[in-house]
Amino acid sequence: MISLDAKIPKGPLEQKWSRHKKEMKLVAPNNRRKYEVIIVGTGLAGGAAAASMAEMGYKVKSFCIQDSARRAHSIAAQGGINAAKNYPNDGDSVWRLFYDTIKGGDYRSREANVYRLAEVSNSIIDQAVAQGVPFAREYSGLLANRSFGGAQVSRTFYARGQTGQQLLLGAYQAMMRQVELGGIEYYTRHEMLEVVIIDGKARGIITRDLVTGEICRHEADAVILATGGYGNVFYLSTNAKNSNVTAAWRAHKKGALFANPSFVQVHPTCIPVSGDYQSKLTLMSESLRNDGRVWVSRKKGDDRRPNDIPEDERFYYLEEKYPSFGNLVPRDVASRNAKVVCDQGLGVGETGLAVYLDFRDAIARDGKDVIAAKYGNLFDMYANIAGEDPYSQPMRIFPAVHYTMGGLWVDYNLMTNISGLFAAGEANFSDHGANRLGASALMQGLSDGYFVLPSTIGNYLADVKPGTRYGTDHEAFETAAKQAQDSIDRLLNINGKRTIIDFHRTLGRIVWDKIGISRTKEGLEEAIADIRSLRDEFWTNVYVPGEKNNYNKYLEFAGRVADFFELAELMAMDALDRDESCGCHLREEFQTEEGEAIRNDEEFNYVSAWEFKDRNGVLEEELHKEVLNFEFVELKQRSYK
Amino acid sequence: MSTNMTIHLRYWRQSGPTTKGYFEDRTLSTVNEHMSFLEMLDVLNEELQLEGKDPVEFDYDCREGICGSCNLVINGQAHGPKKGTACCQLHMRNYSDGDHITIEPPRASAFPVIKDLVVDRSAFDRIIEAGGYVSVKTGSAQEANARPISKNDADLAFDYAACIGCGACVAACPNASASLFTSAKISHLSHLPQGDVERNNRVVAMVEQMEEEGFGDCSNFGECEAVCPKEISIAAIADMRRDYVRAVLQG
Repeated sequence: MISLDAKIPKGPLEQKWSRHKKEMKLVAPNNRRKYEVIIVGTGLAGGAAAASMAEMGYKVKSFCIQDSARRAHSIAAQGGINAAKNYPNDGDSVWRLFYDTIKGGDYRSREANVYRLAEVSNSIIDQAVAQGVPFAREYSGLLANRSFGGAQVSRTFYARGQTGQQLLLGAYQAMMRQVELGGIEYYTRHEMLEVVIIDGKARGIITRDLVTGEICRHEADAVILATGGYGNVFYLSTNAKNSNVTAAWRAHKKGALFANPSFVQVHPTCIPVSGDYQSKLTLMSESLRNDGRVWVSRKKGDDRRPNDIPEDERFYYLEEKYPSFGNLVPRDVASRNAKVVCDQGLGVGETGLAVYLDFRDAIARDGKDVIAAKYGNLFDMYANIAGEDPYSQPMRIFPAVHYTMGGLWVDYNLMTNISGLFAAGEANFSDHGANRLGASALMQGLSDGYFVLPSTIGNYLADVKPGTRYGTDHEAFETAAKQAQDSIDRLLNINGKRTIIDFHRTLGRIVWDKIGISRTKEGLEEAIADIRSLRDEFWTNVYVPGEKNNYNKYLEFAGRVADFFELAELMAMDALDRDESCGCHLREEFQTEEGEAIRNDEEFNYVSAWEFKDRNGVLEEELHKEVLNFEFVELKQRSYK
Repeated sequence: MSTNMTIHLRYWRQSGPTTKGYFEDRTLSTVNEHMSFLEMLDVLNEELQLEGKDPVEFDYDCREGICGSCNLVINGQAHGPKKGTACCQLHMRNYSDGDHITIEPPRASAFPVIKDLVVDRSAFDRIIEAGGYVSVKTGSAQEANARPISKNDADLAFDYAACIGCGACVAACPNASASLFTSAKISHLSHLPQGDVERNNRVVAMVEQMEEEGFGDCSNFGECEAVCPKEISIAAIADMRRDYVRAVLQG
């Protein structure tokens, strides 16, 4: 029987983490070297955890799929990282950061986890500065802050538009120091394909060496998955091309519960798709909506150039629909309305999947120089990618998937329901509820990696007999290695006619259309049927090139796309179960006439935790519910009025 | 409307590190001006696979110019013709219908070929491992604002910290030197008080590791700065040399 005990410590909210730290078991320094911990992924969560645990004396084995730990996708985060330092003296506090985060998540996350996140946020900034992360500074030499969405205070620390890069390099360098000191065994270009479970405990992993194709076995006392989010199920997203769900999904198929898979955040201001060859989407800061006006032509299929469309034929749909918020409605509302006008045939550009973001009036009002000073780098980026000058004609924008709040279910200790298997960062579901606020992903990854896991792992290992080894020829390793090899062989033997990318792109369209910005019961049911039939075709008609014993990028992709098919079906099931709208999950049946979400706290105030049962043509999953208890905040309907 | 172009490609094929490589030619007739360079290679690979042939392997990940995975040498230029731009952000509108494009991996003995255009850059990790960090343990940091750092120093440190570790500097250098990569990390850290403490040990360890990996020496060609997608200044190399001499003299 699955236990969904979140293991939240007793006591007042502000004391839970400190009390828990006091009560957790410890492993003595001389014993730590007897324990091996596998950490999969080297982004902010995985990199920070690997460095911190090796510093403590644990023997760490770190794995990444890229050619270096420094390339994990955390590197691409632009905006910043939140912390409750209250340097600007504008009334911020741990409580306020906690409250903004839980409210921003539309009350679908755990109070205790979110409070802890806010509580350790300040230590993250201290740690990063000590590592030499070059945050932006004031002329005083002190750290600078800026404001971000969903907050009324300035609490975001940043390093130009490359905050993720700088924080990741800090963690990476700390990790490399431990590689040099012998605390970390470092494996690059390795992909995790299976978790090995012995007597109900995670005891190792199976990887594929992506250069030689060798299937490798690694034994340890605990396994941490810090393998990122699954936004690439949509094919087009702002995720890196190698980002995938495989490690988490394979763990799910071994019994780890997958929580809230349908909670996916869509960012409203991305550069739109230009054609079928498009491989990824690029995000531009949503600060652009402060001065840009969003519009489409009132006429369907209008092929005039935007500057030739007279004012009275322009449909400023956000300003008309939401007179009080106008172009500054929250992310989800902006995204949803862009899709609505495009669905009505009013979309612009060659593909009809874009809307205009126009700075004409702002430039006329403030002058080109002022606009350039505010947004110059974004305008340059747009000009480079889109090949158009945003100073003289409107930008074209469209929403894109960029973060997944769902992930492996974990308790307060970040342990999944499988003993010894932990999940951190975007790979778990823990802190963002149904919607993540800007500048909070970096905070969560580093909180998990630097401060939470290094404490909670000891609490787990203290009960594991040091030096317990079953050997990698144990039956469980044999079986898991065979499973990994069989799935590779199966893919290579199909020898069909359609390419992997073609399947992935087609799957992505189904997921985007029906499990994307807004969902309906009917659409979700269609999605499940469409996904199943496409998946059946995949397993009989995909062409996987090359060989298994060599570097073969498309073989890697094939395995990941196979997992995305199953995940996509679960996302639809999850969205179908949740007969309410909350955060980024909008079910069209559950909205007000003005298109605002109707949350249903009576019936759906829970985390959906799905248990994999079987996959015989049809994905079978059992839903478990972790009811969320709100003891410290009052649940309110979010309002944009 | 966007226009389609015909592009004549010549790309490097090599099945493994010890096998002999060769160029293969293929003409693409459906190259769209809005494609990125790597998307053009995706199209090439789709065509190859539909004919049952092996795709061309190349490294990439974020495709927004920040992860440093891509490192193609295009018509002899690391990352191609556009200044300050990684090849994942190079768009085909920078080319014309009928152009010939040659694509090679970076050529350096310290970057052995894994397959086709994919090379092993683990030498860069080992250079960082040798000393490219501040030796601070998690949990032992002081209050972030306890030590003011002038905005100027912080900005300068950032300029060097912007390195994405792609290896274009090595590819462009006639000596295949990793001096720009190595010195960028050294300058990033030595411009900050946190990094200053280990300044001497760091520069010696990193420079020696660079040599051990088989990278050449710097002869001031300046090619590295010209191709760097983050436009990192070769002033870093001068700083590194000065620091190295001083550190060695100080013992």
